[in-house]
Amino acid sequence: MSNVQLFRTGDTPLPDVIILTHKLTREYDMGSELVRALRGVSVQIQRNEYVAVMGPSGSGKSTLMNLIGCLDTPTSGEYWLNGQKVSDLADDELARIRNKEIGFVFQTFNLLPRADALHNVELPLIYAGMSARGRRERAAHALQRVGLGDRMDHKPNELSGGQRQRVAIARALVNEPSILLADEPTGNLDSTTSTEIMGVFAELHRQGQTVVMVTHEQDIAANAARVITLRDGLVATDQARAA
Amino acid sequence: MPLFEALRLALHTLRTQKLKSGFSLLGVFVGVTSLIGSCSIANGVNRYMTEKFAQTIFGVNTFQLRQRPVFTPNVPDSVWRSWRRRPRIRFSDAKAITEALTVPVITAWQSSDNVSVTFGNKEARDIELTAASERYFEIRNLRIATGRPFTSQENRSGVPVAVLGDAVAKRLFVDRPPLAHSVRIGGIPYRVVGVVEHQGSLMGFPLDRFVVVPALSPAQNLVNPPGILDAFFVKAGSEVEMHDAMEQAEGIMRSRRHLRPQQDNNFVLDTSEGVQRFWAGINRILMTVMPGVVIVSLVIGGIVIMNIMLMAVAERTREIGLRKSLGARRRDILRQFLAESTTIATVGATFGIIAGIGLTILINAVSPLPASVSPSSVVVAVIMGTGVGVLAGVYPATRAARLDPITALRQE
Ligand SMILES: Nc1ncnc2c1ncn2[C@@H]1O[C@H](COP(=O)(O)OP(=O)(O)OP(=O)(O)O)[C@@H](O)[C@H]1O
Ligand SMILES: [Mg+2]
Repeated sequence: MSNVQLFRTGDTPLPDVIILTHKLTREYDMGSELVRALRGVSVQIQRNEYVAVMGPSGSGKSTLMNLIGCLDTPTSGEYWLNGQKVSDLADDELARIRNKEIGFVFQTFNLLPRADALHNVELPLIYAGMSARGRRERAAHALQRVGLGDRMDHKPNELSGGQRQRVAIARALVNEPSILLADEPTGNLDSTTSTEIMGVFAELHRQGQTVVMVTHEQDIAANAARVITLRDGLVATDQARAA
Repeated sequence: MPLFEALRLALHTLRTQKLKSGFSLLGVFVGVTSLIGSCSIANGVNRYMTEKFAQTIFGVNTFQLRQRPVFTPNVPDSVWRSWRRRPRIRFSDAKAITEALTVPVITAWQSSDNVSVTFGNKEARDIELTAASERYFEIRNLRIATGRPFTSQENRSGVPVAVLGDAVAKRLFVDRPPLAHSVRIGGIPYRVVGVVEHQGSLMGFPLDRFVVVPALSPAQNLVNPPGILDAFFVKAGSEVEMHDAMEQAEGIMRSRRHLRPQQDNNFVLDTSEGVQRFWAGINRILMTVMPGVVIVSLVIGGIVIMNIMLMAVAERTREIGLRKSLGARRRDILRQFLAESTTIATVGATFGIIAGIGLTILINAVSPLPASVSPSSVVVAVIMGTGVGVLAGVYPATRAARLDPITALRQE
């Protein structure tokens, strides 16, 4: 991980570095006080890595994930995704990045409650401009990949928590993103279901998917090959796990 | 995202969020219906006043020579008192005009007052007794349902015969045929020779509570002092001829009353124009006030829609955040919401037009107002209704679409 130190402002990341943040900060102006959620985070993640982000509550894990997922914009610093500097892109370009490059899995699933599983998975393809028929095929295929081929016409409230999270994973995958981001994907699930979901992630990683996942739990983090620990908005440790 | 995709999403939302969509639809619907409906009513009132009202009181191409005008809205007391001091119209005035007019006209005398009419032990009170000459029926367009009007012979000889208004005949005779029976008017027996067709009412005033008797029959004493008329009716064949006749009549009256050129008339030649002008004024007020009322109702409707939209906006904001997190651009969101509220507004406006027209037809059927749909009101209603509906739907969405996806997603 020595290349972190090598990157300087003005540089371009190496080709196989898929995520690069450089002195990334994110501050929330709360009027009375300034909350410095990230205080200069520099990380690099290579293609096909499986990374877990850990750290105490409030250390900035979600903030970092949201920045990496282009759901939020940094206060300062650089963010390079797939060789493109996205930290200063405009709104529409960020939307395109979110659509094409990023699959995001939320702790609370974030499915459209009134739409069935298939329509939920279709959504990113709608914004990619794909035809209705192509969409349905792709969405159905993604649902099959997460083992929900027989639940496509179920609404979220007709699915178990684990199944909902699988729908969300299918939705994250359907556009074949360069990175799969997950913020405590098992936070709302019991341990058996968590193990199942981790199985899905492991399989995706085995198929070549780059995965970055936030978790509180040591045994969930054990699925990853590398663990980054945040503390007070800074990277505290960053180490490959002994397999 | 292509437009039809936005439409598809919109329809999906409408299907799945029926209640909210229903309320918004209702807002536009009520706005459009009330706008079209109220314009139709205004139209109806207008036509009612200018056509029916004016003509019921005056008749077509007809003027009346009177001491003072028939229709006297907002007249100050001083004017009213000066009118009362004027000389009355005399039989001799009527005769002089009839003889001197060079325009072909028909004329009638008329004097009225309220009396009681009895038959046996039945009594009809508060009946307008009109002592008139025989052409009165023709001029006032009173069609005889049964029997006949009285003749000029009967009028001249003052024969005590009576033509009853529909309500009087029904009150006194119930189902029996009234013809050839004698009713008592001021104690004098009058033989019924005819009954006038049912007239209905005018602005709530019953038009069938009257009795017409010959001007020179004994009951003339009940309505006016000897030799005095309330009005002398003159009906010409056309408007131009009417104005000619009016000019001649004015000259005759001025010379009979020895008025000097600088003196004003101390009589009136009253036509339906006065009434029509008055109602045109009212109508103008109506037409300026009404759009205001309607706009207010539409704005209220719009606020209702917007509130419903804002109520749902926490949920919609999360949805917008989610869609943005999946790659929707701001314009995709706006397009979706635009399609959604346009669909709602269009459907609401369509039903509103149908209901507005239906309302107009209903008013026509159950009330005397000849209500009619004005095309401009439909155009205005559609533009305003859909405009308000679309704005109310899109405005909350534009706010949500500006947020970062994560901010929108966090919305409680
Ligand atoms: N929208 C916000 N407005 C203000 N402060 C915020 C906001 N989001 C996060 N913060 C603050 O930033 C800091 C980091 O928050 P973050 O959500 O990234 O922590 P986390 O590591 O994900 O914690 P957890 O493990 O509890 O999810 C916290 O102090 C938090 O209070
Ligand atoms: Mg968090």
